[in-house]
Amino acid sequence: MATPGRLTRDQVAHVADLARLTLTEEELELFTGQLAEILDHAADVASLDLTGVAPTAHALAVTNVLRADQVQPCLDRQEVLRAAPSVEDERFRVPRILGEAP
Amino acid sequence: MSGTGPGPAAELAGEVRRGGRRAVDVLDEHLAAIDARDHEIHAFNLVTRDEARAQAEAVDARVARGDDPGPLAGVPVALKDNLCTRGLPTTCSSRILAGWCPPYDATVVTRLRDAGAVMVGKTNMDEFAMGSSTENSATGPTRNPHDTGRVPGGSSGGSAAAVAAGFAPLALGSDTGGSIRQPAALCGVVGMKPTYGTVSRYGLVAFASSLDQIGPFARSVADAALLFDVIGGHDPADSTSLNRPTPRVLSVVDEGVDGMTVGVLTELLDGVDPEVAARTHQAAEALAAAGARIEEVSVPEVLLGLSAYYLIAPAEASSNLARYDGVRFGLRVDAEDTVAMNTATRSAGFGAEVKRRIMLGTYALSAGYMDAYYNQALRVRTRILEGFAAAYRRCDVLLGPTTPTTAFALGEKVDDPMTMYRSDICTIPTNLAGHPAISVPFGASADGLPIGVQVLAPALAESTLFRVAAVVEAAAPAPVPATGAGS
Amino acid sequence: MTDGWVMVIGLEVHCELKTATKLFCGCPNLFGDEPNTNVCPVCLGLPGSLPVLNQRAVELAMAIGTALHCDIRPSTFHRKNYFYPDQAKDYQISQYDEPLNADGWLDLPDGFRVGIERAHMEEDTGKTTHAGASGRIHGAEYSLVDYNRSGVPLVEIVSRADMRTSEQARAYAAELRSILVATGASDGKMEEGSMRVDANVSVRRSADEPFGTRCEIKNLNSVRSLGRAIDYEAERQIALLEAGEVVVQQTRHWDEDAGRTQALRSKEEAYDYRYFLEPDLVPLVPDAEWIHAVADTLGLMPAERRGRLVALLDGTDASDAASQVATVVDLGLDDLVVEAAARGVPVPLALKRTANEAATDAGAARAVEVGSYVALLTMEANGSLSATQAKAVLGDLLAAGGGDPAAIAKARGFEAMSDDSLVATVADAVAAHPDEWARFRGGEDKLSQVFIGQVMKATRGQANGKAVMAELQRLRREG
Repeated sequence: MATPGRLTRDQVAHVADLARLTLTEEELELFTGQLAEILDHAADVASLDLTGVAPTAHALAVTNVLRADQVQPCLDRQEVLRAAPSVEDERFRVPRILGEAP
Repeated sequence: MSGTGPGPAAELAGEVRRGGRRAVDVLDEHLAAIDARDHEIHAFNLVTRDEARAQAEAVDARVARGDDPGPLAGVPVALKDNLCTRGLPTTCSSRILAGWCPPYDATVVTRLRDAGAVMVGKTNMDEFAMGSSTENSATGPTRNPHDTGRVPGGSSGGSAAAVAAGFAPLALGSDTGGSIRQPAALCGVVGMKPTYGTVSRYGLVAFASSLDQIGPFARSVADAALLFDVIGGHDPADSTSLNRPTPRVLSVVDEGVDGMTVGVLTELLDGVDPEVAARTHQAAEALAAAGARIEEVSVPEVLLGLSAYYLIAPAEASSNLARYDGVRFGLRVDAEDTVAMNTATRSAGFGAEVKRRIMLGTYALSAGYMDAYYNQALRVRTRILEGFAAAYRRCDVLLGPTTPTTAFALGEKVDDPMTMYRSDICTIPTNLAGHPAISVPFGASADGLPIGVQVLAPALAESTLFRVAAVVEAAAPAPVPATGAGS
Repeated sequence: MTDGWVMVIGLEVHCELKTATKLFCGCPNLFGDEPNTNVCPVCLGLPGSLPVLNQRAVELAMAIGTALHCDIRPSTFHRKNYFYPDQAKDYQISQYDEPLNADGWLDLPDGFRVGIERAHMEEDTGKTTHAGASGRIHGAEYSLVDYNRSGVPLVEIVSRADMRTSEQARAYAAELRSILVATGASDGKMEEGSMRVDANVSVRRSADEPFGTRCEIKNLNSVRSLGRAIDYEAERQIALLEAGEVVVQQTRHWDEDAGRTQALRSKEEAYDYRYFLEPDLVPLVPDAEWIHAVADTLGLMPAERRGRLVALLDGTDASDAASQVATVVDLGLDDLVVEAAARGVPVPLALKRTANEAATDAGAARAVEVGSYVALLTMEANGSLSATQAKAVLGDLLAAGGGDPAAIAKARGFEAMSDDSLVATVADAVAAHPDEWARFRGGEDKLSQVFIGQVMKATRGQANGKAVMAELQRLRREG
């Protein structure tokens, strides 16, 4: 299994973008170094030959957890909106949305 | 057969139930302890005096009416601040949730209420449960009650410290990579992580969904068992909650270890402080004396745990923490457009460790890297499960240290993430496997710092786990008083 | 469509399921309620909340899969990660590489088969309204979000790129809608958003060439818009390619008023959704028993209903039959025709009357008492009522929801002529025209009109033309 190359500043900047985070120059520098070190350590995993080994996403081997289609009490709208940073017309207000959903 | 008898919390509950003590008086004593010392320790983000008083009064009223107030009647319990408490701040020690009051209670909180517990406050933690020292907190670090120049461990450092300092006989924490067991060891208290799926996660603010479990802190194994029995059990609100009888352990805790096989897990002893290792061997001897067979066991897959964990956990966390976007709740930093607002909010609201893990996780999941990192880590997990399965064909439980060292100094590891991550090396494999494990205080180092011994068991073998833990506890050297003096 | 080019079309349809509650929580699944009143920690994405799968949603999704001839498979849920204000958790729980239903097909009424790649389950987003002049997202000052719709169960049905004309796409959308309604899974209202159709369109010069770059078209609120948008988009792409330019892969918005598609995003890169298995849910593995139970309770699908009527027609040559069959099935009136046929009414008559007359008030026709309806058709079939009379009585029957057609006919003065009276009236007409009778007896069939006309005049239009004809023929036969 080919190990990915060492983590670069550009990759960190791209990932920060995907995660909606801005980093200062210092943070970018610091994090790139720290993350690269962690990933170097993770190379022991990345470089293993585990072909044929099934991934385990869940330690539990459970299936078909379902619930009946029955209405349950909803939250009180006032309690919900009280926690909201900005409300208008009983809705959550957000600044302009520049694009459609991806 | 060894027996340690009911723990201090159980005794308290018994006295309250019998009418021998009033819950409000018990509460007042504990509040006095908190007021005397928490300014030094900072175990609590919030002491919920009024709510606790109301709960204590309700318990006393039930007792007066002749109604059963529940198995935890009047017992003060501290709650890690990532457990949702309706109408009370649940901050995860993060700026992004400062002052956020959930409109609902976590399932475990409801179960505590129904059991008559008195919830005395929300404890400090590493932000969003990411850390091993409770130094990554927006409210400041918690200090180890045994030596306030040292960390209590993390991420449930506040809960561990609260129990160690006598602020509450019981506490709840959460354990994703060791966040209950490690601070329990460093603070000299009992801390247990249940089998994945035995305690509902509904209302636990998620860090890594396939690893997180809520568990008890206590000053004795029997008390931890009591609390586990109260919080455990199927919850239809959590799809990952096991719908089968949960082990009830309090009644079997004193049944001893005669005929059991205990495997000392050699990989966990690798590279660990000699004093810490010595305690594990001492505990093994005590188990032998009590009738168990001791073997040395090797599970080499366990060595891959750290790397696999630091791919799986941040990956899940990066997704779980996306919801903190300034739209519906929590902090908002305004901006011209929504994307800028999300970014400004998250950048201001999250601390460095959280940002690091979000980026690490996002990277591990990103196109082109997912197979090499995340999926690969999931394959490693399969291997770890296989390794444990092989060990458990020979042994009933495994034994090892809980942490590689005793409590380290505040500030010592905070700038070096990789070094910090290594604190979890003994605890992580059980989270990946979904197995239960418990840390039992077992003496101290030469400089008076608590040491913990860890018992590991297969999934749903909590009865065996607690029985072994009780024997270890009975053989432990006298506990170290948590005066904070240090040495 | 410009000569020398062919289009390739695939459709993605999102269908809201008619469940009582949302996909992962017990909030009501209702349209039109006060904003943010049907919400809870789960569909708001509050910290600590967890999803639990709605069993009825699964059944309806399986019903759709069955109706589309899919394999129903063990399936898992994945997180599709992206930030957007209407996405409460900033990820959507959907199905990725292990969908519930896969590899099916749908036949258009003309028999053309469109492959169905998959029909998977996922949750809906909240709804955003934009504050600003146009109410559209562009130029808005700010936006408001209502999470009532957040978490509503959806099934996304993805066709294979098998369609080649906008007519086929329209037929697919119409047929799929009928199927969704027939399964009970959805009310199929494109205008209301409970069925949302997106079209993927590309062009190429011939079927030998590989597929061209495609564009996705959104905001199609009717089957008609779907057709217009596809045709517009194909021409747009052809014009670009003929001018030597390239088609940029992008999502485009259909502007119904302007009659054109417009690019939405300035830069089109495949977004990295970082799909991974949803750790808060467990796999969904319907067993054979459950799959059969769902299939067994599924009623007849439109194609089967049409087939039933065609079989009853049994090759009867009627040029309108195909369109009548389609109309009757579309309006849910085919059971009436089947019942009438079972009780002896000739199928072409039952079909014609239902498609042409009953269909004008389909709601009433679906509710009418079947016995009354069949009795009326029978009266027309046996000559007791003329066509004109029968249509009039039918109108009254529908308005009343039922009744006795004979009584209605009598009330309207449409008394059926008794047989004796008819025989006598025909005999009179014959006697009054001996020359024409001799020629009719000799084989000039057209002259029957003389006698029929005479009888009609004598009975003021109440005689049944067919009965008169039958009597004339009997007289001719028997001397």
